[in-house]
Amino acid sequence: MPDAPGLELIAHEINSRHEGAIVGTAFEHGQAVLLADPGLIRETLGFLRDEPAHAYRFLASVHGADYLPAAPRFAVHYELLNMPRVERLRVKALLADPGDDGLPELDSVVDLFPTADFQEREAHDFFGIVFRGHPDLRRILMPEDYVGWPQRRDFPIGGEPVIFTATEDTVPGWTR
Amino acid sequence: MEVERTKLRGLSPLDRPRSPAELRVRQLRARDMLRGDLEGADLDEYVESRVLTTTLERAQSWARGNSLFPATFGLACCAIEMMSMVSARYDTSRFGAEVFRASPRQADMLILSGRVSIKMAPVVRRIYDQMLEPKWVLSMGACSSSGGMFANYAVVQGADKFLPVDIHIPGCPPRPEALIYGILKLQRKVFGDPDLGWRERYRAGGTEEGRRPWKAGALPVERVGSAPAAGIVTGHGQPGAAQLDAPVGHPQLTGHEARDAYEEAEEDEPAAGPRPAVGWRDDA
Amino acid sequence: MNPTTRAPDYADTVRTPEELGRDAIGRTEAQVIGTSPIERTAIEREEELFTINMGPHHPATHGVLRLLVSLEGEVVRDLKPVMGYVHTGIEKSCEDKSYWKAIPFIERMDYLAYYSNMAAFCGAAETLLDLEIPPRAAWLRILHLELNRIHSHLVGLGTSALDLGAISMFWYCFRERDTILDLFEMSSGQRMHTRYFQVGGVAEDIPVGFARKVREFCALMPGRIAEYEALLDHNEIFLQRMKDVGIVPRERLLELGVTGPLLRAAGEPWDLRKVEHALPYADFEFDVPIGTVGDNWDRYRVRLAEMRESVRIIEQAVDGLPEGSWIADERHVVLPPRHELATSMEALIQHFKLVTEGFRVPPGEAYFPVEGPRGEYGVFLVADGSAKPARVHMRDPSFVNLQALREMCVGGYVADLIANLAMLDPILGGIDR
Ligand code: SF4
Repeated sequence: MPDAPGLELIAHEINSRHEGAIVGTAFEHGQAVLLADPGLIRETLGFLRDEPAHAYRFLASVHGADYLPAAPRFAVHYELLNMPRVERLRVKALLADPGDDGLPELDSVVDLFPTADFQEREAHDFFGIVFRGHPDLRRILMPEDYVGWPQRRDFPIGGEPVIFTATEDTVPGWTR
Repeated sequence: MEVERTKLRGLSPLDRPRSPAELRVRQLRARDMLRGDLEGADLDEYVESRVLTTTLERAQSWARGNSLFPATFGLACCAIEMMSMVSARYDTSRFGAEVFRASPRQADMLILSGRVSIKMAPVVRRIYDQMLEPKWVLSMGACSSSGGMFANYAVVQGADKFLPVDIHIPGCPPRPEALIYGILKLQRKVFGDPDLGWRERYRAGGTEEGRRPWKAGALPVERVGSAPAAGIVTGHGQPGAAQLDAPVGHPQLTGHEARDAYEEAEEDEPAAGPRPAVGWRDDA
Repeated sequence: MNPTTRAPDYADTVRTPEELGRDAIGRTEAQVIGTSPIERTAIEREEELFTINMGPHHPATHGVLRLLVSLEGEVVRDLKPVMGYVHTGIEKSCEDKSYWKAIPFIERMDYLAYYSNMAAFCGAAETLLDLEIPPRAAWLRILHLELNRIHSHLVGLGTSALDLGAISMFWYCFRERDTILDLFEMSSGQRMHTRYFQVGGVAEDIPVGFARKVREFCALMPGRIAEYEALLDHNEIFLQRMKDVGIVPRERLLELGVTGPLLRAAGEPWDLRKVEHALPYADFEFDVPIGTVGDNWDRYRVRLAEMRESVRIIEQAVDGLPEGSWIADERHVVLPPRHELATSMEALIQHFKLVTEGFRVPPGEAYFPVEGPRGEYGVFLVADGSAKPARVHMRDPSFVNLQALREMCVGGYVADLIANLAMLDPILGGIDR
């Protein structure tokens, strides 16, 4: 892990190359997080990958997340890893919810990190995040005709109510 | 199976000869029998002690129950325990249920070993439809019996929503012993009543092969809205409202059916009007 | 068979969609149809692509995986995995459970590596709580993680050999697997899905006699591995289907995010046990086996060698198991010991609060990776300060590794696809979660 000052240096370096690409840093529990501007995510990740001083060449994972009450609602986390130095760095891009009239959009990084293919599809499947430029952005785990983004926080968990003796008269669909 | 057997003067062939002399008596009788020297009461006794009479159905179900071939079909974690059921320690071949068949056409028993997701449910139903009758279904583990711990948008809450289940085996995962116990229970069921009358129990008349009003494999599932609580899966393996109202056509023939399927299809008029709506429970 | 024709470089065999629609000399379909019938038949026989569907119910797909395979004759030209047939919504269900109730859900993701799943989740929660687990708990975790690795490789080896026609391997591997499950049952009461790890340590100390049983197992296992080798290593059928099949270069595997034995077989010595220090693997002496060629044979050998190394770790773990508590003494997270419930009112209240509500985790985000049998299991956990996680995401190695399947198979024979898939060793519960 880069330490806290190192993280600031990285942020500064990216910002000097791509104006406004990094909007903040966080260092908690020994884990370094760069808060990136979603519009410049490709530049940020490309810089971290290709710059010899950083060389985060391995993308371990892409997580989608939904912070519902918070204002930029969605986030995509890129878990970067530099194998020789064993340093992990998380890049987080916060995406606002466009509401009913659209889906949050972000540039795909599949050409930079081919491993992001399935993982971006997964984030798309569960959170409805559209990765612009993804070669094959379809649902991956849910049935292809499924409607809704099931892991958003405002999506109901679903399932069936459990019927106990006390509730068997009130549970819908069940009569004695 | 129960076979009435009375001991014939203490000389049942199942008894071990108690002495060399007795063995000698039996040998002599057998020789007489072969020569045709045995007659009268002696002959009756000899035949009765050796021949077992039963009905053909009973014999058939005895054979069926002792050679249940499961389909090679693993869904999730329970499948690993299903595999260890055939391993040397548990050894279901003692009960004739170890020959896993990769093709559903050759299998008698579908072990639903794991959670059935809404994406998998039509596939499971299709595999079930492809199996030849008589066929039985074991739902192994909490997930396929009731959805288990996964009461959420992705899992069908119990496989009996879309196919008839004969035995539910509790556990998460059930131990292989539990699965074997379930198979033994199924055997008892098969011995007792080869037909099992599941169509009556599940009110599934009209689902016989080649007679289904909907195409084989199409699960009558309607998805409504995006909220699973509102019921992504409706219907309980019964035709949904849309299917009931639609005019029921002939089963689609592919040319691979037996000859009589064609003939039946030519004779039968398409059923007029909706079929009687039958529910899984009496809630209508 | 000549190995050089069997495993061409993947770059030569990957075809773009435009190329797929053309024949050997670059004519499009329309142009081909314009040719004479005899010529056309000859071209079609050579060049026709035939797409078949494998699965989701196919005995050799190790679960409900579905593969759309485009074949040219017997050669795989393209392959698309379709998954989601056991998608269980575990990540969503976890958001509805308190942290310690979420552990059983997490376990059921990759159902052959339940200890790795648990270790990753508990590790993430402990990172957020800034909780240090006592040394005995850490060593017990390592002991069980390694037993789990052997167990997983045994099931993988048994079923893979079954797919390749070696049915007796299945019985032998499952015999040893049952020995391991007996150990799991002894320490936790369940064969699978033990829920043995929990936030702060492990659920229970190991029972009396466990160490002896583990030592017996350690004495037995290397001989058994040698038996497997004797059965398979000189088997001509097995060798033909393993050697020089499914080679993907190391650099490409890294680009695809592949981890675990698959990556190590290609020669990259990347093992989180050696580099991450969240679990005290540094106190153990073990080697990381790597391959040289990166074919299926190397993958098989790496797995066998890993089992041997795991036995070494387990031996060291039982021999040097530190004394002390098996769970952290943090009363706001950990249930009070049973005997205190009868004597102390505070303990009773604490117990009640923890069981009904669960403990709260301060807001934050953490990613915790663990080296499991198939690679990097990482849990990304978002806490919002309540007693339930706000987001749990599992980075499952099977899911990521599956992306390499296409490149392993394209250009090879369809029969090798089965071998490749078996050696990829995907667990569909982990892929679909
Ligand atoms: S019942 Fe348990 S073990 Fe079986 S599939 Fe469901 S979660 Fe897995």
